[in-house]
This record gives sequence, C-alpha cells and structure tokens, in this order.
Amino acid sequence: MMLKVATNHKSNFFKKIGLDMLEFVKENVGILIGFAVLCVALSIISPAFLTEANILNILRQVSTNANLALGMTLVIIICGIDLSVGSIVALSGTVTGGLIAFSNVPIPAAVFAGILVGTLAGVFNGVMVAYTGIPSFIVTLAMLNIARGAAYVYTGGQPIRVMNEDFNVIGAGYLGAIPLPVIYSFVFLLLTAIILNKTKLGRHIYAVGGNKEAARFTGIKIKRIEIFVYTFSGFLAAFSGVVLAARMFSGQPTVGNGFELDAIAAVVLGGTSMTGGIGKIGGTLIGVLVIGVLNNGLNLLNINSFWQLIIKGIVILAAVYVDMMKKRKEAQV
Amino acid sequence: MSNVILEMKNIHKHFPGVYALKDVNFELKAGEVHGVLGENGAGKSTLMKVLGGIYRVDEGEIYIEGQKMAIHDVKDSQNAGVSIIHQELVLVPHMSVAENIFSGREPTGKLGFIKTEEMLGKAQHLLDFFHLGINASQLVCKLNIAEQQMVEVARAISFNSKILVMDEPTSSLTEKEVNFLFTTIENLKSQGVGIIYISHRMSELFRITDRITVMRDGQYISTKVTKETNVNDLISLMVGRELTSYYHKIPHELGANALEVKNLTRKGVFSNINFNLRQGEILGFSGLVGAGRSEIMKSIFGLDRLDSGEIFIHGKKVTIKSPNDAMNFGIALVPENRKDEGLIMKGQVGYNMTLRILDQFITFMNVDAIKENEIINTYVEKLAIKTSSTFQLISNLSGGNQQKVVIAKWLAAKPQILILDEPTRGVDVNAKAEIYEIINRLAQEGVSIIMISSELPEIINMSDRVIVVRNGSIAGMLKREEFSQERIMHMATGGI
Ligand SMILES: Nc1ncnc2c1ncn2[C@@H]1O[C@H](COP(=O)(O)OP(=O)(O)OP(=O)(O)O)[C@@H](O)[C@H]1O
Ligand SMILES: [Mg+2]
Repeated sequence: MMLKVATNHKSNFFKKIGLDMLEFVKENVGILIGFAVLCVALSIISPAFLTEANILNILRQVSTNANLALGMTLVIIICGIDLSVGSIVALSGTVTGGLIAFSNVPIPAAVFAGILVGTLAGVFNGVMVAYTGIPSFIVTLAMLNIARGAAYVYTGGQPIRVMNEDFNVIGAGYLGAIPLPVIYSFVFLLLTAIILNKTKLGRHIYAVGGNKEAARFTGIKIKRIEIFVYTFSGFLAAFSGVVLAARMFSGQPTVGNGFELDAIAAVVLGGTSMTGGIGKIGGTLIGVLVIGVLNNGLNLLNINSFWQLIIKGIVILAAVYVDMMKKRKEAQV
Repeated sequence: MSNVILEMKNIHKHFPGVYALKDVNFELKAGEVHGVLGENGAGKSTLMKVLGGIYRVDEGEIYIEGQKMAIHDVKDSQNAGVSIIHQELVLVPHMSVAENIFSGREPTGKLGFIKTEEMLGKAQHLLDFFHLGINASQLVCKLNIAEQQMVEVARAISFNSKILVMDEPTSSLTEKEVNFLFTTIENLKSQGVGIIYISHRMSELFRITDRITVMRDGQYISTKVTKETNVNDLISLMVGRELTSYYHKIPHELGANALEVKNLTRKGVFSNINFNLRQGEILGFSGLVGAGRSEIMKSIFGLDRLDSGEIFIHGKKVTIKSPNDAMNFGIALVPENRKDEGLIMKGQVGYNMTLRILDQFITFMNVDAIKENEIINTYVEKLAIKTSSTFQLISNLSGGNQQKVVIAKWLAAKPQILILDEPTRGVDVNAKAEIYEIINRLAQEGVSIIMISSELPEIINMSDRVIVVRNGSIAGMLKREEFSQERIMHMATGGI
C-alpha cells in the first residue's frame, strides 16, 4: 500500500514536468529495446557490470555528455548545431583553474568567472546566428577554434594543477552515495524538460525549429529564442567544464576534444530530427545512457580503444537507420 | 468521348483512426473533364494520392486503358501516364522555375551535362502561355503562391500525360489566371487527355467539367452529368442536406475609423496606399495575382518594412516594427499560405491552434491543460474541424481542415482588427458558410475586418466596401451599391 502511493506520487511528479513515462516508452521503443538488450548482454558477459559501484561509475562518466546533450537537443530542435561545446568545456575549466591556482581568487568567484566566460561564448554564438545569418555550423566551428585557442593562450598550453580541497569537492564529492556531477545532471535534466514541455519558451522553440517563417508570422521573437538556446548550450558546457576541472584536480586546455560529437550522437540516437522541430529530452537521456553503457561495457570487456571507436560508429549508424525506417513506415502507412 | 481511360474499383484506404476511403469507385473518360466534389476531409485528395502512388490502397483495383495497374510509388504512376498537381505545393524553393518543372527529367547532352539553355527555353515556352511574366530562371521562393500554383500547372502539363489530376489548382488564382488555365484545359481535352478537376468553387465546376462525382465521408455518392444538375442538388448530395443562407450579411452601424493608413510605400512593391477601415466594417481587397494586396497587409502587420507612410489606429499614430507590435495594437493576420506561413506542419492540431495564445493557459512553468483543452475544443467545434484527435499531426489533416486551424489560431487571439488573406482557400461550401457567419458576427460585435480574396462572389457578398489594387497602387474604391463583377474586373485589369 505504502509503495503504491509512493510510486503514484513519483509518476505524478514526472508528469508535472512533462515527462510522461508511457508516452516516453511508446516513442522510444526501438532504442529502449536496444538499450535493454545491451544491458542484459553485458550483465551476463561481465559480472562486474551490474554492480552498484559500476552503475554509479557509468552515471558519473556520462554526466558531462548528458549536460552537453541537453543543450544540444535544444540547438538541434531549432535546426542548428553547436560544435563549440567541447572547446567551451576546456576554456571554462582552465579559466576557473587558473584563477584559483595563479591568481588566488576566492573559489566561488573563480567558479562564477569560468561559467561566465563559457556562457558568454554561447551568447556570442547566439548573437552571430541570430543577427548575421551565418549558418550555425560555421559560427560554432569558429567558436570551436576560438575557445580552444583561448584556453591554450591562457594556460600557455600546460595543464594547471589545482590542489584545493574546497574546489575539488565540487567535482569529486558525493551526496550520500551519489557523485555530485550526477546530481547536477539530474537537475539540468529536469530544468530542460520543464523548459521544453511546460513553458511558452519551449513551445516557441519547437515553432522556430519547425517553421521559422510561420513562427515569424505568429509574432514569435525568433532572435531571442536563438540567442537563448545557444546561451543555454554554452552555459551547460561551461558548467560541465568547471566540474570536470574540479574532478581532475586541474584545468586542462586539451580536455573536451570531440565532446561535441558524442553530444550530437546522443541527441540523434534519442530521436531528435536534424531538420528541426522535433525532439524530446527523454530520448536524449536514453541516447546518453546508450553511449555511456557502450563505452563502459567495451572497457569491461577489455576491447582496445581503437576498436571501441569503430564499434561506436557502427552502433550509431545502425540505431539511427532503424529509427528512420520505423518513421518512414509510419509516414507511408 | 466514350472510351474509359481510368477506372478505380472498390478502393479502400485506412489511416490510424480514420477510414478515409470506403469502397470508392471512379471512372474517367478520355477527353473528359471530371469534377470531384466533397466536403473537407471527404477523401478527394486521398483518392488522388492513391492514384499518384503516394499512398497504397488497402484494397481495390486501378485500371488504366483497360489494363490492371499495380501502382506502388510515384514513378509507377508517372509511367502509367498519370500526372498530378497536388493540393499542397511541392516545389523546391531554392531551385529555379525551370529546374522545378524538369526536375528528374532534365534534357541532357551526350556527357550527361544538363542543357540549361534548352531547359530554360522549354520552360519559358510553357510559362508564357499563362501571361504571368514569370521568368523560367527565377528562384521559386521569390514567387507568390498563385505564381507557384501556375508553375505546378506548367510542370504537370509538361509530362504530356494521358491523365491529368488537378487538386484545387485555382485556390489562390484570380479570374484572369483561371481563364488561361481553362483555355489550357480545353486544349488538352481536345487532344484526348482525361482531366480530373477538384475544386470547391462551384462556378468553376459548372464552367469546365463534363461530369461531377460527389464524395462524402470517404464514400462514393453519385456521378452527375454537369449539364443535368445544379448547385443545390450537388450541395445536398455533398452534405446530405440542403444548405440555407449562404451569405448572411447582418446590417449594422459602422463606427469611427479603427485603422487608417496614409501614403504607405514600399519601393518596388506598392506606393501611396491610402485607405481607412471603420469599426465593424468588412473591407474587401480585390485585384489580380501579384497586384500587391498581400504585400500591403504584410507591411501593416510589421512583417515587411515600409519605406514611408503613416498608420493610425483608433486615430492615434503608431509605429509597427514587428508582428508583435501589430498584435499589441489588436491586429491579427491570417496569411494566405498555410503551409509556409500559417502552420508548423510538424506540430499537432492543438499545438498549432494555441501557439498565439499561450498566455491564456501557461503561467511561468505551469500548463493549465484543462483550460488548454477547453480552448482547443471550442474552436474545433466552432469551425467543425475534422480531425481524429487534437493531438493529430496537422499534416495529416485534409487541406480545408488545415485552413480552418489557421483561422482558429487567429480568431483565438480575439483581435480588434482582423486581416484575412484568402481565408476560405480550399474550404468547402458548408464550412465557407460557417466562416462567413463567423466573420459577419465578428463585424457585428465591432471587429474591423479586411478581407483579401480572389473569389469575386465572396468579395461582393461579404464586403461593405471594396478596394481594388492594381500594380501596387489603389485603382479604385467601390461602395456596396456600386458592386459588380464587371466593374471590379475592369478596375483590376485597367480595362484591358
Ligand atoms: N496521412 C494521413 N494520416 C492520417 N489521416 C489522414 C492522412 N491523410 C488524410 N487523412 C485523413 O483522411 C481524410 C480524408 O482526407 P483528404 O485529404 O482526402 O480530404 P479532401 O477531400 O481532400 O479534403 P479537402 O477538401 O479539405 O482537401 C481526412 O479525415 C484526413 O484527416
Ligand atoms: Mg484535399
């Protein structure tokens, strides 16, 4: 009896923020089955897979990609792409690290500054996309170089070691048994789901991605929406960068290389359409977990990292292909 | 005249939640123009899409010139000699007119390079017939919707097919273009082409068709020889009952000026536009395709910039820089092109309908779903929108029902000044009557209405005054007692 009440309450909560479980399962049947098969197979092959320690480990490992993929989902829904997130991770991490290690800035201020710098990079992306009409691919490709370059310039190309307990705990700490980065990602997940499902802003985001011209005729402030979305993506990347620096005890200018690609892969695996207007946070979450579990499983099975890349590439292609076939069949009836 | 070139027998087609075609039979003769008539959502377009290989039948057979055909995709259908002008335009916006007309069949030389000159020449030849001044090398996205419609016609004709299907080809054309189209149809007819003509415009059906088939609720009802039937008979076959009071103008006092514009100019598009709109008035805008009617409205609504001119609302001078400004002054604009300007085709019916009025049920991060449903259902009922659910994707609705959603979206915003650009485009007679009723009631309640329409009877019956636009300027203004089709056409063409 008690249990029933408790689960009821929980499902209401998710419904309230727009994550309807039943809908969610229905929409993502394909990838959910794939995910389940993957988990079952791994737990049979490797006894280490289904342990509490390993599961928490997976969750912590995917937390950065989860944050980036959340932002990326919004960007892709409005028909854009953000290639700069990996570089922003590096930039914000090194800025915060540097301010603490070199300049003795108080930790909260340094953290704030790091996040601010990365967020501003996102604002810049958004403003350029909204006002110049340069395609987002180009704008964020430029930012990918600029932010990475800035991180190198600031650090002189060397990692900055930050041995400061109070700082490190931000990334390496726990709440009970759960690593803090997992908690952050969970909060961002809720936040993004609320934005997309429960606010005017969310509906406007879908409109801008679905049909920009019709959105204009509806009086939606398209530029504002674009700037918000790239800023949000930049903020999430910046936050992840600071957390990562804290966990690694150092701000590294080389970190985050290629992170944007994992984020895009997760979003696409989750069923978001590259042509805009369609996408769900629940799907992205599954996409993130699939990539995370796959990485973890391949490591447990001692498959070398070169092969891992090839396998990951094939899985992405196959999953998206299956999903596309399913949708095409639905459309043709 | 008597040899049958197309026979569709016992056609069935299901969609999730909708039985779109139930045991439909259809027959077309060579050299015949065969009209298809039915309410929005009756299944007309679905029947044609089955013929065109867009959808597969669940059951049923298609015979072309006596031979049973298996049509699985668009290519099969083209090979069988069918070409179709679909209701929703399917041109590629960033390709030229010529490329669109010949896409997939470009004339090529020995090495496979496209002979651009030849293609442009052929395309231009096809277009010139319609006297529209469209250049074959123009990009399609620069054309307005009527011009795009004519390009679709040219494309369909260029296939030299035995069977030509036109699904509401004239929904945004005016008298002049319709005349050219009908001359073309007569020509094709004399060459033995069989033509299926779908339209909600009764006058056109009576002018051009030999026979008319009526459908209702996915079923075949009856086929009549055009000469032996009349509008009332057809309507009662269509809706299953007699239709009373088609236009129902409610006389009422007009108030002070709600909107006044002075010397509006947008260089190269329109110049020196002056008019006023009184409270509770219905002001018709007539003119030929490309005269600049829609463009004037877009500028007033803040979508396009004005080069000069002044706008007064309730006597106060205002600056409108964006649609948002316009909405804050109580203006709404129902655009002419529902697919590109009116709707988010990837979204659901309810989502589209409420996109303009989210404030009414979303506060910060709380969606009042009950209120939302209430609003949606009110308008679904009010406009008799046929949809299996309000969560249905808008792209799965029939064309006329999509149009009703666009109208609902703007009515829901409760505007003081309502600009309607071809509001009944693709809407059936019955629903038209309902929309006219709504417009009249709004006017009576004091809403001021501007209505652009290419259908003269609609303009004449609904308006208090009519302004005729020609070549980007106002050619004249007529009061209700001065209305006649001839006078309006005379002004619109400059007496040519
Ligand atoms: N792909 C689809 N999925 C689901 N339902 C569909 C689909 N296509 C059409 N329908 C439904 O089938 C019915 C018939 O639609 P159809 O487009 O044939 O109507 P129509 O007679 O052409 O109407 P109109 O005059 O408005 O163009 C409608 O109820 C429509 O909602
Ligand atoms: Mg139709």
